[in-house]
Amino acid sequence: MITLSHYIVLGAILFCISVAGLFINRKNVIVLLMAIELMLLAVNINFVAFSRFGHDVAGQVFVFFILTVAAAESAIGLAILVLLFRNRSTVNVAEIDSMKG
Amino acid sequence: MIDPSLLQLVCFYAFAAVTVVAALSVVTLRNSVHAVLALVLTFFSTACIWMLAEAEFLAIALIVVYVGAVMVLFLFVVMMLDIDQEKLREGFVKFLPVGLIVAVVMLLEMLGLIGVRMMHVQTMGENPATAAGMSNTQWLGMALYTQYLLPFEIAALILTVGVIAAVALTLRHRPGARKQQASDQVSVKARDRVRIIKMAAERPVDNTSAPVQEPKP
Repeated sequence: MITLSHYIVLGAILFCISVAGLFINRKNVIVLLMAIELMLLAVNINFVAFSRFGHDVAGQVFVFFILTVAAAESAIGLAILVLLFRNRSTVNVAEIDSMKG
Repeated sequence: MIDPSLLQLVCFYAFAAVTVVAALSVVTLRNSVHAVLALVLTFFSTACIWMLAEAEFLAIALIVVYVGAVMVLFLFVVMMLDIDQEKLREGFVKFLPVGLIVAVVMLLEMLGLIGVRMMHVQTMGENPATAAGMSNTQWLGMALYTQYLLPFEIAALILTVGVIAAVALTLRHRPGARKQQASDQVSVKARDRVRIIKMAAERPVDNTSAPVQEPKP
């Protein structure tokens, strides 16, 4: 029998993998964007599970909105990435330092 | 005869294992294209897991929207940009211990939290959509188009903003590039294109043949 904990543990594992991905791929912006997508997926798994086990439709509606916002976010993120590569010829985060941050 | 709930559990573990392995390869693979393909596998097996939770609409939406649109966009960008893969991997070993420590500590904390809740083992119970006498899509749609109508419209607006922003960011005007001017083409008059000139008829000068020796009489 699948319990709520199964789903939440899977979400937690996915979230931690993507956090580790953010740490170890500090240079490649594309992998950073993909790690963010993975994080959103982990959150979505939790939402779906809570919606199913809590008998509430709000969780699935929220997943719907998260998918929408994530699609818009990745479209704009990739556009910025293309622009960045066109101007600086690199996707290396370490070399993007013209603002001296 | 196999117990259906046991079969469900086995399926869950299989899909979860594929998801976790694919997610691990997303963050560790050397080649960005392979990483995107691994992410596609992650999304697909997650959609299978959502199917197990009887969230059919979202599972299909995840495949259509994410695998079909967003991941293809990722693939396009990754293949379009000529990226030096080796230079980007330099810090990988250096940051590996930090990343692992942070991730493992975080996972242990989360598992501890979930472990507290494990006391109240909650099973899936009846599907709330079926209990309401509807399919999952209908159940979701009933909420989406009544209670959440305004957020739904705002989501559409966000998508429009995303499209316009992506086009506006990447549109490029090259100096010296020749483009079609549709308005000029439509508004052109016949007299701008063809000019008829009256001129006297003239005999063409015949200089093609070399001077021929006249035959002697």
